[in-house]
Amino acid sequence: MLNEIYARAVILSRYVLKRLLWASVVLVLVSFFSFLVIQLPPGDFLDSYVETLSRSGMGVDSAQLASLRHAYGLDRSMIVQYWDWVTRFARGDMGISLLYAKKVSVVISERLPWTLLVMIASMLLMYLISIPIGVYSARKQYSTGDFAASIVVFLGMATPAFLLSLVLMWVVYLVFGISLGGLQSPQFMNQPFSWAAAKDLLWHLPVPIFVVAVAGMANLIRTMRATLLDELGKQYVTTARAKGLEEKKLIWRYPVRMALNPIISSGGWLLAELFSGDTVVGIVLGLPTIGPVMYRALLAEDMYLAASCVMVMSILTVIGFLISDIILAFNDPRIQLS
Amino acid sequence: MSATSAIAAVRGESHSASEWRLMWVKFKDHRLALASLAVLGLFYGIALVAPFLAPYDSWQPSRFAFAPPAKLHFFLPGHWGRPAVYGMKVISNPETFERTTLPDPTKILPVRFFVRGSQYTWFGLIDSNLRLFGVDDGQINLLGTDILGRDCFSRAILATRISVTVGIVGVLITFVLGALIGGASGYYGGVVDNVTQRFLEFVTCVPTIPMWMALGAAIPSYWSDVKVYFSITIILALRSWTGLSRQVRSKLLQLRDEEYVVAARVAGASDSRIILTHLLPGFASYLIVSLTLEIPRMILGETTLSFFGLGLRPPTVSWGVLLQDAQNLAAISSYPWLMFPAVMVVICVLAFNFLGDGLRDAADPYKE
Repeated sequence: MLNEIYARAVILSRYVLKRLLWASVVLVLVSFFSFLVIQLPPGDFLDSYVETLSRSGMGVDSAQLASLRHAYGLDRSMIVQYWDWVTRFARGDMGISLLYAKKVSVVISERLPWTLLVMIASMLLMYLISIPIGVYSARKQYSTGDFAASIVVFLGMATPAFLLSLVLMWVVYLVFGISLGGLQSPQFMNQPFSWAAAKDLLWHLPVPIFVVAVAGMANLIRTMRATLLDELGKQYVTTARAKGLEEKKLIWRYPVRMALNPIISSGGWLLAELFSGDTVVGIVLGLPTIGPVMYRALLAEDMYLAASCVMVMSILTVIGFLISDIILAFNDPRIQLS
Repeated sequence: MSATSAIAAVRGESHSASEWRLMWVKFKDHRLALASLAVLGLFYGIALVAPFLAPYDSWQPSRFAFAPPAKLHFFLPGHWGRPAVYGMKVISNPETFERTTLPDPTKILPVRFFVRGSQYTWFGLIDSNLRLFGVDDGQINLLGTDILGRDCFSRAILATRISVTVGIVGVLITFVLGALIGGASGYYGGVVDNVTQRFLEFVTCVPTIPMWMALGAAIPSYWSDVKVYFSITIILALRSWTGLSRQVRSKLLQLRDEEYVVAARVAGASDSRIILTHLLPGFASYLIVSLTLEIPRMILGETTLSFFGLGLRPPTVSWGVLLQDAQNLAAISSYPWLMFPAVMVVICVLAFNFLGDGLRDAADPYKE
């Protein structure tokens, strides 16, 4: 018995180690891409800095510029620059944002809690809505409810997220007479925590969370419906039914659990999808999350900030993939064996 | 006739009915998919003859800013049974100096067909000024006008050309990338497979929209419209090849050890011959289905990028570019007709999704 547990632990830890190794390879590729984001626009960091200075009426002479360029290492080869950037990033020094006139790390860490809040809440909402709908659709295949669910799913897939946020913003404005913009009302911004502020936040949360959730919901419902339909046709379901197991218990205890596997394994992918949704919805509704910051940084050619945002989002997604892989390994003994 | 009996009938009439023939028989039964095919035909038809259908050019301004959509009247005195619209007048508010465009019932403009309008060049080949409809003095704005008094109907029609082709061009690039990379990965396996799988993982780990935005922002502002258009399609394809390559890979892994393939290999067939003549026909239908489902994603991608100003840019008109005018609450609540291109996006994407679903069902030999 002990031996068996030991063997399992070895296999599992070997699997986790292997996944960690691959994840770090992916992280290196991600860092290449983020560095590419800095390098792609014509000109470098200093060019846009000089432009900002000259717009505000200050000049920079060329000798000063050359020494600055040397100080920032912009005159060195691409590989050296990359190495410099990536090691600094690892130490938490992400450069300076011209747009916010702050350290990039500060800008990002201010927004990270909001981002995670919106992400986790929309992920939960997504599961809460789409799993029951998927189960219902599969059990009552071709019923009116299934048909209605399919229409909603297809419309959800065909409506761009920015449109959905615009329309919901309009509806909220028409019905409640308030205009949504951001997660907090202006009077509560940068204020210490208070119950009034918390209530205010609760009032602003639903629409952004709903829109972000809807963006990925369509796919989840479809997957749930399709896999459950496959499971329902299997013999163990018939057997359980023949033995007189109560229908509700039967459905939720066996086939639904099987059908959840592909949904768990798509957890990491879902996170990437949520970042996409958060970016689009965040820009339209003015949320204090990372996506909109990246957008503004791109428009202002504040490349260190933009690249760091891309990097942070990707790192979080890689971690999400890792976690969902590990959960799956613990959940599904077949994966442990192979 | 149900699909099963139809297939049986086809099989009966000829034992060698091709895979495509069987697919078509099953596809015909899928009414929603068939209707979607018709809708898409309409969209591409519009794109083909867009300048003829649009009464005005996309950038032609007028003094009637934010005119509401013109109503077609069929029973106006003197024009019984024939379509006509009211002319327009601009009223300034004496207090706010705000100018509003309103219909003017004293001016009746009968709609004329096959009129001579402004000059356009059709696909750079034929010069013409023939337009499907128009009015003589004044203007007809079936979907109202924008801030510069440009005709929203014409703009939406002309934008169709760009929006519906972005998906097609992008899918061609997706196909080449996905088939090559997925094909190499699945056929050779081993190190090649491992490397491409890691690369694929990397592409999936960078969230799509941020990735598109970062690349879209890097397109230099001085590039020509054509260059920007192709850059955008390439950017969209850079993300979408992953799904296709994954499918190609898993299909190849499954097929490459089948006996008929081993037989071909033993007989000395070259790799390219095995892939092209023995393996590809085995999953061509799956490829087509997944490519069909990729097109709407690309259309949505282009619309989103252009909406945020990181994709196509004026004077190019696409649905996303047009929707830039409807970016805030004030614009939507005062001038809801600016949202019309969104309706076209939703219909077009829906049709592609239904078509893809119908094709998937038709291509699945186990589905009766």
